[in-house]
Amino acid sequence: MPDATGLELLAQELREADEASVLDTLYFRDKGVLIVHPPAIVETLAHLRAKGFADLMSVHGVDYHPMQPRLGVHYELLDMDSLDRLTVKLRVPLDAPNVPSVTPDWPTANHQEREIYDMFGVIFEGHPDLRRILMPEDYEGHPQRRDFPIGGEQVMFTIDEAQGRSYTQ
Amino acid sequence: MSITPKTETPGASDYRKMEESTTLAPLERLDSEDPSQELLTLNMGPHHPATHGVLRLLVTLEGEVVRDLKPIIGYVHTGIEKTAEDKSYWKAIPVVERMDYLAYYFNAMAFCGATETLLEVEVPERAQYLRVIHMELNRIMSHLVWLGTSALDLGAMSMFWYCFRDRELILDLFEQSSGQRMHTRYIQVGGVAEDIPRGWVEKVREFTAQMPGRADQYNDLLAHNEIILQRLRGVCPLGEPELRALGVTGPLLRAAGNPWDLRKAMPYSSYEDFDFKIPVGVDGDNWDRFAVRVAEIYESVKIIDQALDGLPEGPWITDDRKVALPPRHELATSMEALIHHFKLVTEGFRVPPGEAYYPVESPRGELACFVRSDGSSKPARVHMRDPSFVNLQATAPMTEGSYIADLIATLAMLDPVLGGIDR
Repeated sequence: MPDATGLELLAQELREADEASVLDTLYFRDKGVLIVHPPAIVETLAHLRAKGFADLMSVHGVDYHPMQPRLGVHYELLDMDSLDRLTVKLRVPLDAPNVPSVTPDWPTANHQEREIYDMFGVIFEGHPDLRRILMPEDYEGHPQRRDFPIGGEQVMFTIDEAQGRSYTQ
Repeated sequence: MSITPKTETPGASDYRKMEESTTLAPLERLDSEDPSQELLTLNMGPHHPATHGVLRLLVTLEGEVVRDLKPIIGYVHTGIEKTAEDKSYWKAIPVVERMDYLAYYFNAMAFCGATETLLEVEVPERAQYLRVIHMELNRIMSHLVWLGTSALDLGAMSMFWYCFRDRELILDLFEQSSGQRMHTRYIQVGGVAEDIPRGWVEKVREFTAQMPGRADQYNDLLAHNEIILQRLRGVCPLGEPELRALGVTGPLLRAAGNPWDLRKAMPYSSYEDFDFKIPVGVDGDNWDRFAVRVAEIYESVKIIDQALDGLPEGPWITDDRKVALPPRHELATSMEALIHHFKLVTEGFRVPPGEAYYPVESPRGELACFVRSDGSSKPARVHMRDPSFVNLQATAPMTEGSYIADLIATLAMLDPVLGGIDR
C-alpha cells in the first residue's frame, strides 16, 4: 500500500498534471484514498495506470444520504507487481449525476457502471451500452438509494390482479 | 449462391480444422442479399440446465458459429445488498452468505473482514486457522460442484454423482462443525461462532486422506478422455492481457499463465503460514481452466492438513465484549456480561464511521466486500464485488467465432454462479 507520504506525493503529481483533479486525500486503515473531481476521473485513472495501477478491480456506488453531494462512485485499483491497492472516489450531486465513463479504457467497468446506473441513477457519459442490468427494463426508480424504502414494492399475488391492483399502481 | 473462401481462424484447434463444411469467414460478407447467410438470433435460457442457473444468453449465430453474445442477468436479483442495510452487522452475515451460494464461507469472510477492518478488531489465531480450514473445504466443495456440472454439460453423466458424493462428505463436516450444511453462518465478526466439536479434526483428516485419491480417479476418468480432450483443448482461449482488461481473476486468469492469487500475494487470515503452490496454465484455453481447478483441489487439501497440524490452542473469538457475545456461564454471575449480551442481541455493536474494501480469494476469483459505516449499528452500504459478475463479461470475447457447442463448454469452464451475479 502507498503509505501516507507516498499518497501525498501521488496526489501532488496528479495536481501538477491537472490542478483541479485531486480534491482531497485520505489515509484510513492502512489504505490510501484519492478523492477526485468527477470530470477528471478518466485522466486520473490513466495517470495512475501509468504509475503501475494497471488493474481496475471494482467499481461501486454509494449513496451518502443525507450528506451532499449524495452519490459516490468508487474505483478500486490494484498494482499486481508491487502489490498495492488504491481507492479513487468521487462524489456527484443528485440533480447532475454525470460522470465520464471509464469503460472505453477499462472494459471491466462495463457491467459495473451499468449496475451503478441501475441502482443509484449515476449517468456514465460515453458508456457504450448504459441500460439497467439487474432490475427489469421498465422499472422506475433506483433501489439502492438510501431514501428508497425497503420492502417498498408490493409482492404480486394472483388475488391482487383479480382485484385490479398491479405493481404499477 | 456465392461460395465464400474458407479462412483459417488464428489458433484454430485440430478439432476445428476437422470441420471442413463450415466456413469461418469474416462478418462483412453478411451484408449480401443472400438469404442463406442470414444471422440467426437465438435465445438461450434463462431456464436451461447448461447455463448453470438463471442466466439468459442472447446469441447471434451464423450457421453454428457464434458471432455475438449478450448475457442478460437479473433473474434472481433479490436485493441482498439492500436487505443488509436494514440489518445490524451480525444479522447481515446470513443474508450476505446467500449471494454466491457455493462460496458461503468466502462471502462471510469478506463481509466480516471488512467489518473487522473498520472495528480494528484482532482475530485470534485459532479463529484464523479455523476460517482457513473451512474456506479451503468450501473451495474443494465448490470445485466439485463445478467439476460435476461441467462434466455433465460435456456428456459425462457419472462424474456428477461421483462429485456430489464427495461434496456430501464436506457438507457433513460443515454440519458437524456448525449445525448447517449450507449457509452455515460460522464465521463471525471477531472470530468464528463456536469451537470445533470433539472428533471433528479426525473426520477432516479422514476426508483429506481420501480426497487426493478421489481427485486422481476423476483425473483418470476425464483427463485422458478423447471427448473431453477434443471439447476442451485449444477451445476458446483468451490471453492474459485481455483477461486483465476485463477484470477477470481466479482460476480463469491463472489458466492464462498469470499466477495471481490473493492467498499468496496479499495474505489474509494467516495464509502466509501455509506452504502451497499456485497451479497455472499456459494457453488459457478451456483445457487449462479445467486443469487449474482440478490441481487446486490438491493444494487445498495440503492447506487443510497443514492448518490441522498447526491449529493453535486458545480462544476462537475475540474477547472484546463490545463485539462478541460473552460466554454463557458468565451471564449467571456477571451483571456486566448480561448488559453486553442484552446490547449485542437487541441493538448489535456500533461500528466507527468509515469505508473498507476487503478482498479474499474465492473459488472464482477476487471476492471483495465493501462496507460503509455511518457510525450506527447497521451498515450504510454493503457491496459485494462478486467475481462471477465481472468474469461473465469475458464470455463474449472468449466465444466469438467459435461453435455454439463450444459456447456451452466455455460457459461450464467459466463457472459462473448466478446467485453471486444477481445478488
